[in-house]
Amino acid sequence: MELNARIPDGPIEQKWEKHRFDLKLVNPNNKRKYRVIIVGSGLAGGSAAASLAELGYDVHCFCYQDSPRRAHSIAAQGGINAAKNYHNDGDSVFRLFYDTVKGGDFRAREANVYRLAQVSNAIIDQCVAQGVPFAREYGGLLDNRSFGGAQVSRTFYARGQTGQQLLLGAYQALERQIGLGTVKMYTRHEMQELIVVDGVAKGIVTRDMITGEITTHLGDAVILATGGYGNVMYLATYAKGCNTSAIWRAYKKGAAFGNPCYTQIHPTCIPVTGDHQSKLTLMSESLRNDGRIWVPAKQGDKRAPGQIPENERDYYLERKYPSYGNLAPRDISSRAAKQVCDEGRGVGTTGLGVYLDFSEATQRLGANKIEEKYGNLFEMYERITGEDPYKIPMRIYPATHYTMGGLWVDYNLMSTIPGLFVLGEANFSDHGANRLGASALMQGLADGYFIIPYTLGGYLAGIKPGTRPGADNPAVKEAEAAVKARVDRFLSINGKETPTHYHRELGKLLWEYCGMARNDAGLRKALQLIPELREEFWKNVKVPGSGADVNQTLELAGRVGDFFELAELMCRDALERRESCGGHFREEWQTPDGEALRDDENFCHVAAWEYTGEGKAPTRHVEPLAFEHTHLAVRSYK
Amino acid sequence: MSENLLNLTLHVWRQKNAQDPGRFVEYAAKGISTEMSFLEMIDVVNEDLIRKGEEPITIDHDCREGICGQCGIVINGRPHGPRERTTTCQLHMRSFKDGDDITLEPIRAKAFPVIKDLMVDRGAFDRIISAGGFITAPTGCAPDANAIPVPKEKADLAFDAAACIGCAACVAACPNASAMLFISAKISQLALLPQGQPERYTRVRDMLTQMDAEEFGTCTNHGECEAACPKGIKLENIARMNRDFIKASLTYRPSTGSTGGAG
Repeated sequence: MELNARIPDGPIEQKWEKHRFDLKLVNPNNKRKYRVIIVGSGLAGGSAAASLAELGYDVHCFCYQDSPRRAHSIAAQGGINAAKNYHNDGDSVFRLFYDTVKGGDFRAREANVYRLAQVSNAIIDQCVAQGVPFAREYGGLLDNRSFGGAQVSRTFYARGQTGQQLLLGAYQALERQIGLGTVKMYTRHEMQELIVVDGVAKGIVTRDMITGEITTHLGDAVILATGGYGNVMYLATYAKGCNTSAIWRAYKKGAAFGNPCYTQIHPTCIPVTGDHQSKLTLMSESLRNDGRIWVPAKQGDKRAPGQIPENERDYYLERKYPSYGNLAPRDISSRAAKQVCDEGRGVGTTGLGVYLDFSEATQRLGANKIEEKYGNLFEMYERITGEDPYKIPMRIYPATHYTMGGLWVDYNLMSTIPGLFVLGEANFSDHGANRLGASALMQGLADGYFIIPYTLGGYLAGIKPGTRPGADNPAVKEAEAAVKARVDRFLSINGKETPTHYHRELGKLLWEYCGMARNDAGLRKALQLIPELREEFWKNVKVPGSGADVNQTLELAGRVGDFFELAELMCRDALERRESCGGHFREEWQTPDGEALRDDENFCHVAAWEYTGEGKAPTRHVEPLAFEHTHLAVRSYK
Repeated sequence: MSENLLNLTLHVWRQKNAQDPGRFVEYAAKGISTEMSFLEMIDVVNEDLIRKGEEPITIDHDCREGICGQCGIVINGRPHGPRERTTTCQLHMRSFKDGDDITLEPIRAKAFPVIKDLMVDRGAFDRIISAGGFITAPTGCAPDANAIPVPKEKADLAFDAAACIGCAACVAACPNASAMLFISAKISQLALLPQGQPERYTRVRDMLTQMDAEEFGTCTNHGECEAACPKGIKLENIARMNRDFIKASLTYRPSTGSTGGAG
C-alpha cells in the first residue's frame, strides 16, 4: 500500500489556491451525469450533499436516522472557530493554524490544517447567509468567545446549541436541493457494505431499516461522512446510533485506517451514576470560561462543597497551568481530573467527579448574565442530575467524546481506495492526536462546503461519466451476498445474551485498557480479552424478530460486531505507538511531573493500518509528518 | 441525588406495522432506579424481552440529550411526559413514584403513520422544510458575516424560534393535529433576519401549501402545542406566520418566469 498524501508544492499559504487551479474541472453539462453517493448527513455529509447538488452533480444521500436533521452534529454545544479577528486580539489564519497543530500535539498534517484555517472565515460567512442565528453584540455584530487551547476569542456560537444551528443551516440547504430534485435522500437506510470494482469505489449496499430490503446503489464516487467511532467505548457522548460500520466496511475493502488509537476524552461530562447508564452527556467546554474546576485538597473529604473553605480547595488546573488555567486543552484537563480522582480526591457518590463551580462568576457577572450565557446547559444539567447548578457546583468527569483517528485520506480527502472520499470526523485528517474545542464543526463544514466540491471535481474529471458497473458485476453480487449472510447469521445464533450486554462489556474493557491512560501490559491484556469476548458474542448473542421489518436489535448487533474488530485495531495501534501524544497517553512515557512525553524521533508520523484478511495481523504503514511552519516543541500550557 | 428503586406497570402500544390495528400490552418494570432516564427504563424492559426471545419495544431515539428530536412519544397522554420543557430522553425516573402505571403511545396524527410500536414516520416535516424552509444561499456566494448587522433582540428572537428540534410534540398535543407551531418557528426565524427577507412571502405560502398537502389540521388557538413543546417555542410565532401569510396572499403575483437572456 502506498500512502501518497498528494500535498501540493509551494509555500503553505499558496498550496490550496494553486491546487484549486490545478484541479481539473468538470464541464457544467456533464456534472449531472456523475452520480455521487454520500453516506451521512451531518455537518460534513449534509453540507457536501447540498454543495455538490448546487454544482449540478446527481447526488444520492443516505442516513440511518429518520431525517437528515437528526445527525449527531446537532448535539455540538460550544461553537465554531474562525480566524476572523473581529475582536482585534491578534488572531490570524496563521495563528489558528498554529494553535490547531500545537493543540493536536504535532501529529497532524500541516498543509491540511493550514487549509482548514484558510477556509474557516468563509464558513462563518456561509452560515450567516443561511440564517444561522449566531450570538450577536448589541451593535448587531457577531459575538465571540474563547475556548480551550486558545488565547484569542475566535469562537462563534449560538447559545449552547451551535451544532444544532449549523446543522439546521446545512439541512435546510440540503432540503432545498431535495425539493429541487437534485438530491435523492434515503433516510432510515444503513450502509452495510462498500462496493469496490477493480480497486475503485463504485457504490454501496444498504439495508432499509423499515422493510429490511437490501439494495445496491452504484455511483461514480462514494463519500463517507459517517462520523466518529467513540461509541466503541459504549459510554460516550455520541448519539446511540453512531457507529463505525461504514468506515469499518471500507477498511476491510482496502481503505487504510489512520491513527485508530487517537480518541478524545472530554473533560466536562456529567458523571456516571450506575450500571444502567446508556450514554453520557457533555457539558460544553465553554462553561470553563466562567466555571472554576476544583476538588477538596484533602483525600476523602466528604463535606458538601459549600462547607469546604477556599483554602481547603485545590483549583488544580489553575495551579498546574497558570497561563491557561481552566482553559487548558481537553486531553490535559481530562488527565488532570483522572489524576485527582485516582488520588482519592474525587467528589460525588462514586468518587469519580470534580466540581465545576460558578459561584465566583455569578458574583462577578450576576446570575442573569450566567443564565443568558449558559442557561440551557444549566437546565440540561438539572434535568439529568436533579441538582441546581446555580446553587451547588456541577459535578463533571471525563467521557469519550470524539475520535481524531479515522480513515486515512490524502490532501484531496480521498482514501487509499480511489473514488472513496471521507469527510468530517470519519477521516483522520486535521486534529492530530487531540482536537481543540470548536474545531470539529469547523472541519466538518470545511470538508463539505469548501473542499470536497473542488477535489471531487478533480477526481471525476479524470473518469468518464456513468462508467458504473452493472448490477450483475461479481463485486456487486458478492457484496450483496455478504450483507445477506451477515443478517441471516445474526438471526440464527439464538444465544442467551443481548447485543447491549456485549457492547457494555467491550466498552468496559476498552475504557480500562485503552482509555485515558494506556500501558504495554494493559494493551496486551486487552488484545487477549477482546477476541475472547468477540468469540462469545458470535456464539451467544440473541437477536429476536426477523430481518424483514424494523429490528433495532439486529441493527445494534451489526454495529457491535464491527466495534469488536475496531477495538482490537485501536489497542494494536496504541500498543505500537510507544510515546505519549495528545489523547494517547502511555504511562511509560511521561515527564517527571506527569505530562505527555512525545518521541518525535521515532513517532512523528501517521500510522495507517491496512487490512490483510480475516484472522491475519493488519499491516502498519507510516506517513512521516514534517513540521516546517510550526516549531516541533514540547506543548506547554503552563 | 439519592437513588430509589421503583416498581412500575407499563401499558405500551404495540403495533407490528402500519396495517396492524395495534393494541396495548402490559409490562412490569421492576427495580427501576430513580437515577435512570426514561429511555434507560425502556432499555431494561427491552433487555428482558430480548432474553426471553420476544421482540423488544420499538422506539425512535438517538442523541439522548434532548436535541436531535428523534425521540418523542406520548407518556400518560402527554407528549414527552409530565415534565415541562423536557424531551422523552431527558425525562428521568425521579419524575415517577413507586407503583405508578405509565402509558406509552406513539404520536398520533394522520400525517405521521405508525411504522412500528412507538415509531412513526415524520417525513412530512422534512417535506415542509423542503418546500420553502430555507434561505437560498448557495455555497460560496456569501458576503462577509459582519456585513449585515442584525439587532441583538432580533437575533435572540430568531434563535428562540430556531431552537425547534422537529420532534412533533406540538402535533401530538394539538386536537387538530396541526403542524403550525413547527412551521411558524422556521418562518419566524427566517422572517426576523435580514437574510430571510427576499423569500419571506413565497416561503410562507410554499410551506403552508405543503402543510395542507400533508393533511395536517389548522390552528384553532388551543395553545396545547406551546405547553407540550420541549424547547419553549412560543405561540406568538403562529401569529407572526399568519400575518405574513395574509400579506403574502394579498400581494401574491405569479412569477413571470422570464429571466431574459444575455448575449
